[in-house]
Amino acid sequence: MSDYLDRLEAEAIHVLRETAGQFERPALLFSGGKDSICLVHLALKAFSPGKFPFPLVHVDTGHNFPEALAFRDNLAEKLGEKLIVRRVEDTLKRKGIPDAKGKFPSRNALQTHTLLETIEEFEFDACIGGARRDEEKARAKERFFSVRDEFGQWDPKLQRPELWNIYNGKIHKGENVRVFPISNWTELDVWNYILRENIELPSIYFTHERECVVTESGQLMTTNEFVTLDGADVVETRLVRYRTVGDMTCTAAVESRAVNVADIIDELKNATVSERGATRMDDRISEAAMEDRKKGGYF
Amino acid sequence: MELLRFFTAGNVDDGKSTLIGRLLLDSGSISTDIIETLTRQSKTAGENTTIDLALLTDGLRAEREQGITIDVAYKYFSTPNRKFIIADTPGHAQYTRNMFTGASTADLAIILIDARNGVTEQTKRHTIISSVLGIPHILVCINKMDLVAYSQERYEEIKADFEKTTKSLNLNKVSFIPASALSGENVVTASDKLSWHQGPSLLEFLETIPVEAVKMNNAARFQVQYVIRPQTTELHDYRGYAGTLWSGELAAGDEVKVLPGDFVTRITKIEHNLQEVPTAKAGQPVVLQLEDDIDISRGAWIVPLAKTPFVSNQVKATLCWMDNQAFRTGIVKLVLQQGSARIKAAIKEIDYKIDIESFDKLPSDEELRLNELASVKIRLASPLIYDGYDQNRYSGSFILINEYTNQTVAAGVLNNELVLD
Repeated sequence: MSDYLDRLEAEAIHVLRETAGQFERPALLFSGGKDSICLVHLALKAFSPGKFPFPLVHVDTGHNFPEALAFRDNLAEKLGEKLIVRRVEDTLKRKGIPDAKGKFPSRNALQTHTLLETIEEFEFDACIGGARRDEEKARAKERFFSVRDEFGQWDPKLQRPELWNIYNGKIHKGENVRVFPISNWTELDVWNYILRENIELPSIYFTHERECVVTESGQLMTTNEFVTLDGADVVETRLVRYRTVGDMTCTAAVESRAVNVADIIDELKNATVSERGATRMDDRISEAAMEDRKKGGYF
Repeated sequence: MELLRFFTAGNVDDGKSTLIGRLLLDSGSISTDIIETLTRQSKTAGENTTIDLALLTDGLRAEREQGITIDVAYKYFSTPNRKFIIADTPGHAQYTRNMFTGASTADLAIILIDARNGVTEQTKRHTIISSVLGIPHILVCINKMDLVAYSQERYEEIKADFEKTTKSLNLNKVSFIPASALSGENVVTASDKLSWHQGPSLLEFLETIPVEAVKMNNAARFQVQYVIRPQTTELHDYRGYAGTLWSGELAAGDEVKVLPGDFVTRITKIEHNLQEVPTAKAGQPVVLQLEDDIDISRGAWIVPLAKTPFVSNQVKATLCWMDNQAFRTGIVKLVLQQGSARIKAAIKEIDYKIDIESFDKLPSDEELRLNELASVKIRLASPLIYDGYDQNRYSGSFILINEYTNQTVAAGVLNNELVLD
């Protein structure tokens, strides 16, 4: 078996089955984005004809794209799998945590609170996520099984060596493991897989007309109820698509005429800007932004 | 498209991260926004003219501050014909365990030698690890050729020294390439300054060598990871064994043995990719259904009747100790994990240690320290089903877990022998 997509798929299915075999209460973090949609597809292949040995869990920031939420609900219903939704807004109210402020108020960092609360509420010992090592430099150092302490913290210097096909998920009570089955996939691999497997996606991944404002750094931000425009902002209608589906307040659109997955692959082959660079406002803050968020319990 | 996984190893200053940075940059795998960030960082780190390529792989803050690679960094790039996964591993001695990790999944090792220094202690350490882990192909890249005036004589001298030094190691294929990662000579394109070198550039080499699987016997080895039992009205009696077929081939109708337990049964159905298939092939994740209703749990092996693995509660192995805390015989409670199987274990004897400089066997001092290689005898609470590592990478490898800390404290490869009392 030398085809690279077959090898990547086999590795991901092996990791999903190890998770089901090693943990008592795993969960699959599902956002309605392309990476977690691929995870669901891989879980079907790993556990069919049985049901998933874990629920789908979504931490809803309240700033999600309505198209992604609708897709999430439809997919869970179609598969007949259990979906648990916990809202960042509820955590903020309950704990008196101040909401994100500013022109583009991002709840990206705040969702860590809800994630940790949800892990505690359901006593999840493993959370499967769609993060990939090619996304970011700190993620390039992450293991498939990433052990977190009871505060969800990541210690990059104390990571367990991972050898061959052997994953050590032994933990003490209170600890949990973040599992990343598609660690070795790149953005292009994900799209090639979506094409090969004919996987359905939310519509905002493809070209559509959208009202946007252009930020100082040239990113295209959609206008919506959470974004505060000032007098200087010019709202324009552009033909765009989303390369990643995060929050409406911190995910930028890219200009695109891609109507299908093949078009997107062509577009990416010629792209000069990285996935997170093109679409995320939050990683531009500092060189170690992701490393710091992960140490604090972020995915 | 094929996939080639390789790892790089070298001394702290051999320019390992620079070489990878060069491959990524010159093959067009780095986006402009990342180059901009790097230019900014290179200035902060004190370099003000060119991009510090090492910053591409040194992703953690401590690594950037200390200018060393601490952990394995995985990097990806592709050319029209191949996708590459690089495990960039630390050169510093205290992180050798991470190199063992990066090497365990590699099809190829790139061992970097600084042309000024020649073969060093760490070259030998990295080569012996490649040997222990049975890496199918070793590429020795003699780097920093610019600093020895692109001397062919120096290159030949190092090559001869490497061949002489590693003669006793039983290496698979070895190739040599001269290069200068910093200036990009012979990395992506052939170099005029190294015109005496008859052979491909590094990238041409990586693109064209055959992807060789690690040596495996062709006996079928399937390990159960998870038992699928839908227990629905339609699938009331369904019981499927999910796992990966690591080697060989299995077909519906085959008579097989289930170990442990020595139970003989027949495969009634194979599912792969949500479909029923007549055969399962090496590397495929599949679900097997069996004729008899037997109690089979996670970690059990399903194998052909003709070529069965060893079964014993004692094994001999070569292992690399990976924990900061040294091991003394009899002190720590250990669990051995082989694929999906876990068995309580104890290291009973340290037969000898392996000197990584001379490759000689040294008498044991009853203690295993971080990064030491040793030949050991392990006793298990119940029998292990295994093959020699030289026969099968998956049924022949294991890790040891400390039962108190849950840390992975060692990794090992099993000898191809049945050990009896």
